[in-house]
Amino acid sequence: MKPAIAHAVWELKLTLRNGEQSLLTLIIPLALLIGLCVTGALSSTDGLSRVNSAFPSVCMVSLIATCFTSLAIGTGFERRSGALTFLATTPLRRQGLVLGKIIATIMLAALSLVVVTIAAAILGWRPSIASLWALPTLLIAGIAFASWALFIASVFRAEAVLAIANALFLILIIVGGASSRATSSSLAGLMDLVPSAALANALRSCLGAGVAPCWPTLVSLALWAIVGFALARRRFSWQ
Amino acid sequence: MRSAASPGNFTTPLLRYSPKARNSRISAPRRLPQVSALEVEDLRITYGEIEAVRGISFSAQAGEVTSIVGPNGAGKTSTLEACTGIRPVTTGVIRVLGLPPGERSARVGTMLQSGGLYPTSRPLEWLTHLAKLYPDGRDPRELLELVGISPDSRTTTRRMSGGEQQRLKFAAALLPRPDLLFLDEPTAGMDPQARRNLIEVIGELRSAGVAVVLTTHLLADIEELADKIIVLRRGEIERVGTLAELRGESSSLSFDSVPDLDVAEIIRRLPVGYDVVETHAGSYVVEGEPSPSVLATITSWLAEHDVATTGIRVGRLSLEELIIGEES
Repeated sequence: MKPAIAHAVWELKLTLRNGEQSLLTLIIPLALLIGLCVTGALSSTDGLSRVNSAFPSVCMVSLIATCFTSLAIGTGFERRSGALTFLATTPLRRQGLVLGKIIATIMLAALSLVVVTIAAAILGWRPSIASLWALPTLLIAGIAFASWALFIASVFRAEAVLAIANALFLILIIVGGASSRATSSSLAGLMDLVPSAALANALRSCLGAGVAPCWPTLVSLALWAIVGFALARRRFSWQ
Repeated sequence: MRSAASPGNFTTPLLRYSPKARNSRISAPRRLPQVSALEVEDLRITYGEIEAVRGISFSAQAGEVTSIVGPNGAGKTSTLEACTGIRPVTTGVIRVLGLPPGERSARVGTMLQSGGLYPTSRPLEWLTHLAKLYPDGRDPRELLELVGISPDSRTTTRRMSGGEQQRLKFAAALLPRPDLLFLDEPTAGMDPQARRNLIEVIGELRSAGVAVVLTTHLLADIEELADKIIVLRRGEIERVGTLAELRGESSSLSFDSVPDLDVAEIIRRLPVGYDVVETHAGSYVVEGEPSPSVLATITSWLAEHDVATTGIRVGRLSLEELIIGEES
């Protein structure tokens, strides 16, 4: 575990030094939150304020962008450049690298979410006891998205990863956004099988409506995390 | 922007193994393996339909430099990468310090032919990070000085020259205080001074009991370093031995004259076991140890028959002829 944490700190340090990427990680969710609050584009049908409607969705987008899309693309190109190959010969091993990358990515996402939360608070969002459910929800979702990102990055070549990660990002946020408008409980249940929809619904409950998330959303995220981590741990290839 | 390398590379005496460094365990392995440092048995590596390595077996001992040589595509890098654990083995057994590849990574140093550097990192921070991954990692500053790179350099690895990157990778290979060191084309891209110093360091590691396994296509490196040479060709071991043994196996006497000499008569004059072959029109090779009496027999036969010769060559094949001769 010690090498994995050392590698996580190293990865985070390199990412934060890359100014453009760090700015994008912080600025895009902020801009999205402000834009949605100003325009009311996600105006709720259940009486929630604009910020209470927008904040959970922005958290979802921010987490997926950082833990899935950025990680998959970055890792794909790292593999192609051979940057990771040497690490395979060290005591870090495959599990250590996978863990290190997941931890670093979740730390980066956490930083972004803290900034978004502060901005949401300034815009009028107020936390409740139920908001604490967001912490385990985001952690499980972060592990799920990061694990799948590493798996995809190690299966396809870098250019394909770029295309797949961006395409899946669009699909995920569209499904996640649409899940709030599911017209029947059976459709909503089906949509919860998609991790972004499960995440969005769970966050809307605990951060928007101030109630605990429904257990199927958490179970769905946990299953995606378990399967994704197992795949990444077993199948991640260094080059 | 400051250069990553100090002038002259590797050149200051501090960069060599000082007595202090000798006391450190980089030059004195914790304990010498009782078995071969590396054992490879019937190793096969395939890429789809292509069989890159075809059932090779060899071993490498502590305190020896084992050099795997051969033309491009011979399977050198595939073999080395399999030994480091980053290349899947199709069939066969590899034991590194007595265990499967990767299990002893804390005591094995590796320098890969390509990749292996984070492009946006600086030399010191890269080695410092790697040192944290090993239970007993060596001081990164000391290693950077050893290879002639300023520890204070702010140049990122992607902006370093090829030779500087090679030296940084060599420093990284020394981080774990290795008992076994894998080096894939270690001197590629290095200037003569850096190469000279790297060879000296490898020599000191050998003296200290480290097993070194390296691949190279630079024949000068082999002549200077290798205790044992493994010649690979098309994924198979063609020859194994010391340089002297390999050259000894390849002693030859050849001469050029008119075509269609009566080689049967020459053979009758030679001691039993010798043979004479006309390899192509007017070129003859005497197969067998080219002793002075054999040379005398050939020249006297040519004189008796008043046959002119345009050249007689006695000697051993060069290393280049040994390794790539059949390819060229």
